[in-house]
Amino acid sequence: MKHTGNIGKPKRYGMVIDLDKCTGCGTCMVACMAENNVPFKKDESNKLDSITWLRVYRLTNGKPYPDNEVCYLPRPCQHCAGKHEGHSPCVSVCPATATDYDQETGIVSQIYTRCFGCRYCMAACPYHARYFNWWDPVWPKGMEKALNPNVSARMRGIVEKCSFCFHRYQKAMEKAHMEGRRELEEDEYQTACTQACPAGAITFGDLNNPEHKVHQIAQPDPAKGGRPRNPKVFRLLEELETNPKVYYLSSREWVQEACHKPHLLDQKTAHH
Amino acid sequence: MDSALIPKGVKRCPIWQFALGLGIAGAVLLWGVYAMFLCWFKGLNQTNMNDYYGFALWIWADLAVIALGGGAFFTGLLKYVFGKDELKNIINYAVLIGFICYSSALLILAIDVGQPLRSWFIFWHANVHSMLTEVAFCLSCYFCVLTIEYIPLILENRQLDKVPFVHNLSHSMHEYMAVFAATGAFLSFFHQGSLGGVAGVLFGRPFAYREHLFIWPWTFFLFTWSAAAYGPCFTLLVTRITEKIARKQLVKDATIQLLAKIAGWMMFTYIIAKIIDTIYWATTTAPSLGFSLKEFYSNNPVYGFSILFIEIVVCGVLPAVMLVIPKVRSNRLLLTLATVLAVIGVSLNRWVMVLQVMAVPVMSFDTWVMYYPSWQEVATTILPVAYGVILIMISYRYLPIFPQEAELNPLEPETPVAAEMDSQEATEADADPELTPAEA
Amino acid sequence: MFPFNFEWVWDMSHMVFMGGLWYALGILGAGMTFCVIKAILDTASGKGGHHH
Repeated sequence: MKHTGNIGKPKRYGMVIDLDKCTGCGTCMVACMAENNVPFKKDESNKLDSITWLRVYRLTNGKPYPDNEVCYLPRPCQHCAGKHEGHSPCVSVCPATATDYDQETGIVSQIYTRCFGCRYCMAACPYHARYFNWWDPVWPKGMEKALNPNVSARMRGIVEKCSFCFHRYQKAMEKAHMEGRRELEEDEYQTACTQACPAGAITFGDLNNPEHKVHQIAQPDPAKGGRPRNPKVFRLLEELETNPKVYYLSSREWVQEACHKPHLLDQKTAHH
Repeated sequence: MDSALIPKGVKRCPIWQFALGLGIAGAVLLWGVYAMFLCWFKGLNQTNMNDYYGFALWIWADLAVIALGGGAFFTGLLKYVFGKDELKNIINYAVLIGFICYSSALLILAIDVGQPLRSWFIFWHANVHSMLTEVAFCLSCYFCVLTIEYIPLILENRQLDKVPFVHNLSHSMHEYMAVFAATGAFLSFFHQGSLGGVAGVLFGRPFAYREHLFIWPWTFFLFTWSAAAYGPCFTLLVTRITEKIARKQLVKDATIQLLAKIAGWMMFTYIIAKIIDTIYWATTTAPSLGFSLKEFYSNNPVYGFSILFIEIVVCGVLPAVMLVIPKVRSNRLLLTLATVLAVIGVSLNRWVMVLQVMAVPVMSFDTWVMYYPSWQEVATTILPVAYGVILIMISYRYLPIFPQEAELNPLEPETPVAAEMDSQEATEADADPELTPAEA
Repeated sequence: MFPFNFEWVWDMSHMVFMGGLWYALGILGAGMTFCVIKAILDTASGKGGHHH
């Protein structure tokens, strides 16, 4: 069955984020919060207990003016596959099977009604992509009418995180099935952050599909746990073998350095 | 007033002293219970935990009390399976301390989870690959074992024992205690280990991650081993404190020395294994994950190399060596000092394996985040201590916990039944009523 | 926990883990049942109560 693309094979949805394009405007964060009914507090100044499925970090090269440079790094859930497909740091530890690795799409899901809030997954995640609902959500008056009906709101006491807008995948698949198709076009399933980014810094698609842009940019090497073959592309904490599906692209050397442990740079270049 | 309930041949403080002690501990308990209800009704925003510290004071307290409560399973194993019969003189107390530790751990866990009413999901929807599932199953099973081991002690109360069925039940339970104790040791081996595995499997956290033997990271074996080593130290320490407060010897030296010797050698071998583990982790495991040891211990206000030194040398090697040397451990003061150091050492180990794991930044652009507990967390952590004190007070007063007590503290010939003597005499015996007098 | 829970899989890890659990629970349950029955029988035959 060798058709175009990746028909019938399991998908590995992932992202490439171009750090050279990202301006740090935060539109992706806003889009994400609106799309996924992410609750917020009256005072969001304490970032340690506020929920940001997609968080933008600010990196600098640490040099004084005029050589100072800034880079913004958006960090969604990395949807790790682990050493063998499905052995994500968080999925393997959840005692109540409340977080799941979908073998069809490679997406790590969180089952809100199953989670009982032990927070072991948060301890397991090195990217701090998981957030706990320390409070029940309180929406400003009238806002509950503007919530996304496709995403369930969460209650206090459970963990949540980026789902790669899985509800959009489900909706797109439903539509495809109604039209007698089993496969999605690349643009049929896109995350909210991807579509919102005004700079076009986020590319989303099936990493297994050579026709998708994410595959073409990242050039993942399946023999090496999805390591990018594109030398400008890297993943966060590659050495931990979490095998994330979010790739970062930058031509700036200091950005690549800032995202790695300094003494590992030689090791990294040795791999390519 | 309650003299009919007090075991024969021993002397207890007057009821008012006992009630006063209960009142003080009860006040602390109520403070904890208030904080507990705050957490249940208002949620975990009552704590100072955050998204960097999903695990904090409570999980540390859990790991620590379970390690310290390890005295119950290990003493039981030694007595019932390895036939160290001498330990029958301390096994009751070890069981009681274990019971307190484990019930406390379960209570803290019930406060700690975000949705306590869903706690049963961990059993119903069990993910057998999670270390925490293992912990939950073995912990609750082993708590059943401790309850089974504690029940005959309750049934031996002077009045209860008069009921023929109760007498027969405690008798038959005693008879088959070896089976329960062996099951308890089996369960303990796994849950103590799995608690170590909880941190050891976190391959996203290089500070915690350890290499595996089959499915078990090295921390699995280190935790079981350390619980067996340090648990008895806690039993010895609490026995010593109880003796100090009661102002009399309750367990003969031979028993104490035997348990101290075994604990000493367990600690000695454990600390060697821990040192090997630390060296291997520092030189091989962590570098392979992209980390140098220095990164784990610098650029932060709390976690310096000193914490490693205190855990392994001051509170690890030192007490182990002290307990191994007969001359040192036979000195009461040095023995107590060694057990204090040991208890601090194992608690510090658990702290590091929970809190420092959370604190160490993993992503290169991430930062150290420090944490201090809220009063609600502190109160709910002290709650079990108050509960433990109360349970020990009641058990000591009404149950024959220490089989050697009557022999070690013979009563005056004119009062053949100590419990029946009037309170005036008891007060004379206990010169210092200020020191938690109720236990005297 | 039970084979009728949907996450149950008939694989080695489930059988070893749950086997160990039910084995331990079985020993505890059977042990306690045995002790209680023995106590009832002993009581019925007039043992216990006074000697100690």
